[in-house]
Amino acid sequence: MQRYYFDHNATTPVSREALEAMLPAFTEIYGNASSIHHFGQAARHLLDEARKQVADALGASAEEIVFTSGGTESDNLALLGGAAGGHLVTTAIEHPAVLQTAGRLAGWSCVPVGPSGVVDPDDVRKALKSDTALISVMHANNELGTIQPLAEIVKLGVPVHADGVQALGKIPVNVRELGVAMYSISGHKVGAPKGIGALYVRKGTKLKARQFGGRHERERRAGTENVAGAVALARAMQTHVDTEALRDRLEHAVLRDIPDAHVNAAGSPRIPNTTNIRFDGIDSDALLIALDLRGFAVSSGAACSSGAPEPSHVLLAIGLTREQARSSIRFSLGRGNTADQVDALVGALAESVTHLRKLSPAYV
Amino acid sequence: MSKPIAVAMSGGVDSSVVAGLLHSRGEAVIGLTMQLWNQRRLPELQSDKATGRCCSLDDVYDARGVAQLLGIPYYVLNFEDRFEQQVVKPFVSEYLAGRTPIPCTLCNNFIKFDQFLDMAEGVGAEQIATGHYAQIRHNAESGRWEMLRGVDHSKDQTYFLFGLTQDQLSRTLFPLGGMQKSAVRELAAQLGIPTASKPDSQEICFVPNGDYAGFIAAYSKEQGIAPPDATGEFVTPDGEVLGEHEGVHRFTVGQRRGLGIAAGEPLYVISTEPATQRVTIGRNDELLRTGMRVADINWISIAEPSEPIRAEVKIRNRHNAAPATITGKEVVFDEPQRALTPGQAAVFYRGELVLGGGWIE
Repeated sequence: MQRYYFDHNATTPVSREALEAMLPAFTEIYGNASSIHHFGQAARHLLDEARKQVADALGASAEEIVFTSGGTESDNLALLGGAAGGHLVTTAIEHPAVLQTAGRLAGWSCVPVGPSGVVDPDDVRKALKSDTALISVMHANNELGTIQPLAEIVKLGVPVHADGVQALGKIPVNVRELGVAMYSISGHKVGAPKGIGALYVRKGTKLKARQFGGRHERERRAGTENVAGAVALARAMQTHVDTEALRDRLEHAVLRDIPDAHVNAAGSPRIPNTTNIRFDGIDSDALLIALDLRGFAVSSGAACSSGAPEPSHVLLAIGLTREQARSSIRFSLGRGNTADQVDALVGALAESVTHLRKLSPAYV
Repeated sequence: MSKPIAVAMSGGVDSSVVAGLLHSRGEAVIGLTMQLWNQRRLPELQSDKATGRCCSLDDVYDARGVAQLLGIPYYVLNFEDRFEQQVVKPFVSEYLAGRTPIPCTLCNNFIKFDQFLDMAEGVGAEQIATGHYAQIRHNAESGRWEMLRGVDHSKDQTYFLFGLTQDQLSRTLFPLGGMQKSAVRELAAQLGIPTASKPDSQEICFVPNGDYAGFIAAYSKEQGIAPPDATGEFVTPDGEVLGEHEGVHRFTVGQRRGLGIAAGEPLYVISTEPATQRVTIGRNDELLRTGMRVADINWISIAEPSEPIRAEVKIRNRHNAAPATITGKEVVFDEPQRALTPGQAAVFYRGELVLGGGWIE
């Protein structure tokens, strides 16, 4: 069966360029970047170059980049290391890597988000307390694709951490222009492998280490450096994938061909690869499986530990009913997608939705 | 290629063998596991020793492992909302109302052969298959789908399947109905299924260690329902008070253990009365009854009879079906039967054939 991948917000294939760039770091330049000898120095050189490239791509300087194992670790480090002892303000549509970590801080407030899927900076302001040490707001939401008003939130005068995992590679990211204190990125969302990410930490930002051992990463993150991963991340960040035309083609065709379909948070600024569509009367789990059996990979919210899908906390947070949340599907496009694939997807969607609605007591 | 068959995979031996068997016959098989209840949900019930649970992560891993071994598509379905509404809530309220419910039947009627069947059809399967020990056949003469007991009588599950409609039966396969459990285990080993020696599940899947009262107390607390009234009286059939107990929901008709009443002869629960919190206890022979009413009868292998019919009637899963005459909703046994328990099912048999069944009022 021909299979098509429309779940790039979950993960992406490693790009050819990133793979080729990283291969020497496995077998030739394999030294420990902290070693004194030639082997170590060669690895250190690769790592330093990668750090510089990542910094350049983000508009930062090299010493402001802390390599981590990925987005979750970056978020954990930013919150636990950057808001320790103080109060955190965050939003209801954050990734679990932020929300679950926030619950382990001394105090935190969660700002609600309306149907637009975009947090109101004024609501963030109202949630601030005298001891608020950090605001954490994602740059782009992983499920809706909505872009959050970071520039305005930064003006509130409290250090801001942004989870930029879904923004990177899809919209321009310049941390200096954004004015954030910390910014999380993840390699595997942009064509680098799983297991590499980074946290931008603006010079002067207080950050306590959260894992301990050797004095790696300027004593901010202990552990032997993942040189190959860093090289791949740096290389992958050179590439920008533009899928806006394909995403729009998908949305227009779905809205044209399938009745009672609605784009969630349609009117808001969104990253150009993501659309989240609600099909009235459909159980999104059934639709996801039906599409997968026809060769199309999409997403219906986060999976719990057993792998059973749960209604998306993001869709519930923006005011969708449980039923509406459970009838929504996320499509996220990427490099390998073509117009033909999009057209085939729309055809399969139309058939599956029609079939499922025939069986649905909720849809008449 | 034929339409795929959706197999309900629990991670246990039986459903694993069903998937393996159909796959080895060249059928297109989709493995689906129903996530029904979050076992970590009620804090009072957390213990390392809990056994007999379903839907644990281990079960899902086992089912996924079997699917990977067979190379079939596999998905986990989240049916927790529906399971709570259709099975857990009625289970709790029935107990509190002094009846002894059978959640497995509710689960079959409202989850496995309803929502699951819908899901299977939705994703493109025309039939479902489960690991139940029961047989289905089509009777060309009557035009009806008939149900028969599993060949392995010690594993026969027809007592829990009396609610299946003709439409459900027409789309369901029970590939193990004609097999002995020992043969199923052997087949599991032959197919290389890693769960071949996994113990059979016991008890009610969402109640750890069979502690109904503990589950009801924990669930009521979570739901903010006032906990069941903690005390009531034990009385004799003549109304003499024999002592106190901690709530009627702890007792079921026919129960002997846990009464804490000293007497010269064994005493049993004869009946429970939630309104007054009275539990009537008495001698074994006082449990004997000849007649009962059965509600919501579903007829399977025969159409609803207009005349009285003879059948063997089973009033508990472990009960030996006893001869009786069924007239409408009235069932009259030839010989008195012990402990007719409201809330349990009465299932009607003619030899191996399952005629139908309903709920004891």
